Amino acid sequence: MKRCFRIVGLLTAFSALLCMLVAGDADAARKAAAKQKNLILATTTSTQDTGLLDVLIPIFEKKTGYFVKTIAVGSGQAMTMGSKGEADVLLVHSQAAEKKFMADGNGVNRRLVMHNDFIVVGPPTDPAALRGTKKAAEGLRKIAAAQALFISRGDNSGTHAKEKEIWKAAGIQPEGQKWYQQTGLGMGQTLGVTAEKKGYTLADRGTYLAMKKNLGLDILLEGDAVLLNIYHVIEVNHAKWPKVNAPGAKAFADFMVSQEVQKIIKTFGVAKFGSPLFFPDAGKKVEDLGK
Amino acid sequence: MEVIIAGIRQALSMLVSFDPEVMAITWLSLKVSGTATLISLFIGIGIGTAVALSSFPGRQLVVSLINTGMALPPVVVGLFVTIFLWRNGPFGYLEILYTPTAIIIAQAIIATPIVMGITLAAMQQLPRKLRLQILALGATRLQMVWLLIKEAKLSLMAAVMAGFGGVISEVGASIMVGGNIKGYTRVLTTATVMETSKGNFDLAIALGVILMLFAFAINLVLTRIQQRERPQ
Repeated sequence: MKRCFRIVGLLTAFSALLCMLVAGDADAARKAAAKQKNLILATTTSTQDTGLLDVLIPIFEKKTGYFVKTIAVGSGQAMTMGSKGEADVLLVHSQAAEKKFMADGNGVNRRLVMHNDFIVVGPPTDPAALRGTKKAAEGLRKIAAAQALFISRGDNSGTHAKEKEIWKAAGIQPEGQKWYQQTGLGMGQTLGVTAEKKGYTLADRGTYLAMKKNLGLDILLEGDAVLLNIYHVIEVNHAKWPKVNAPGAKAFADFMVSQEVQKIIKTFGVAKFGSPLFFPDAGKKVEDLGK
Repeated sequence: MEVIIAGIRQALSMLVSFDPEVMAITWLSLKVSGTATLISLFIGIGIGTAVALSSFPGRQLVVSLINTGMALPPVVVGLFVTIFLWRNGPFGYLEILYTPTAIIIAQAIIATPIVMGITLAAMQQLPRKLRLQILALGATRLQMVWLLIKEAKLSLMAAVMAGFGGVISEVGASIMVGGNIKGYTRVLTTATVMETSKGNFDLAIALGVILMLFAFAINLVLTRIQQRERPQ
C-alpha cells in the first residue's frame, strides 16, 4: 500500500507541477489578453535568414504594442496564406505573383520597401565558365550547355519564380534534366546544398552575404537588370477577409516605409558583412531601381 | 569536425552563462512537450487499458489503427492541426494557431497513439488470471484496473519515455502550428532548424546538444522511478 501511495504522490506532484507551469504562465495570459493586438506577418525566408526582421520587429512591437507573429515561408506560400486570409500583412519579393495577388483583390496598398539583387553563385572553379557573363539568360544557357549542376529552390518562392523567369528568357526547359536538381528548401539551406555539391544556384545577395563564411561559393554573375530583387509590403484585403487585422497591417506597412526603418535598412549588415544587404526604396518607383 | 566541437563548447558556455534566450527556448520546449505528454498519458493509458481489457467486434481493427497511429508523421499532424486552427477554419474562433497551445495540441496528438499502443501491449501481456484473482479478492473494477496499471508500471514508464521522446524531438508539426516565433513559440527543435538554414551550424549543434542533455536528465529521472521497484 505504501508503494501505491508513493506512485500516486509522484504522479500527482508531476501533474500539479505541469498544471502550475501552464496555468501560471503570466506571459501567455498577457498575450491572450492582447489577442486583438496579434498581427500575422507572412514573409520570405530571406528577411528572417539575414536577421533583418530580428532587428525591426522588436522596434515595431515596442512602438505600437502589436504582437507580431512572423511566419517565414517562401513568397509563394506567404501569398497563399494571404489569399486565404490567414495572414494580415505580407513582406514578399515575387513581382509577377504579387501583381496577380493584387489583381485578384487579395491585397491592398502594395508598397515598395527595399531591394537587393539576385546573383548566380557557383564553385570557384566555375566549370561552365560563367565568370564575366553579363546577361543572366546567357549565363543559364552556358550552365545548360556545360550540363553543370544547377540547384534550384523548387519551392515557389520569390527566388524560384525569378529563376523560372530567367530560364524562360533563356529558352530552356531545365526541369527533368539530369543536371537540374530541386531542393524544396529555403535559401540558406539551398546554398548549403549547392556548396556541398559544387553546383550553381540563383540566390538573393542578402542571404548569400549572411552565409558566405561557410560556403566557399563565388559570385559568378551579377548586375543584370533582370536580377533585381524587389521587396513589397502588402496589406491583406480586410474587405475580403473580415478577420484580418487591418489597423495592424496598415501600421506595419507604414512602419516598413517609414524614414526610421528605411534608415535602418540602409545600414543593416554593413558592420557585419562589409556591405549593406538591402537598399531602402520607399516612395520610389520600381522602374527607377538599379539605375 | 571543428564545427561539432565548437558547437559543444558553445552549448556548455550557453548553459553555464544561463543565456536568457536559450534558457527561455529550453524552458518552453520542456513545458510544451511535458504538457503534451501528460495529456497523452491520460488519454493513451485510459483508452489503451480499456481496449486491452475488453473484447468487442472490430477490436483487431481498432488495435491495428492504434498501432498505425504510432507511426503518425508529425508533419501530417501539423498540417491537419493548422488547417483546423486557421482563422477561417472550423476552430478558427479559438485563435490559437501560432501559439504554444497549438503546439501542445499537435504534440499531444502525436504522443497519444504511442502511449496508447505501448499501454495496450503492456496490459495484454499481464497474465489473464491476474484479473480474476484480483476480483476474487474482492476488489472493485476500478481497484482492479488500478492494480493492473501498477503491475504494468515498468512498461508504462517506457510509454511515458517514448511519448515524451517522440514529441520533444519533433520539429515538423511544431514549426507548422507554432510558426517558430521568436520569444513565443520557438522551441529547441525549430530553433535548430532555423539556425541551420541561417548557416550557423555551431549554434544549431549547441541547441541540439542542449536538447539531448535535457532529454537525458528527464529520462534519467523517469528511469529511476521505473527501475526502483524492479521485480527481484
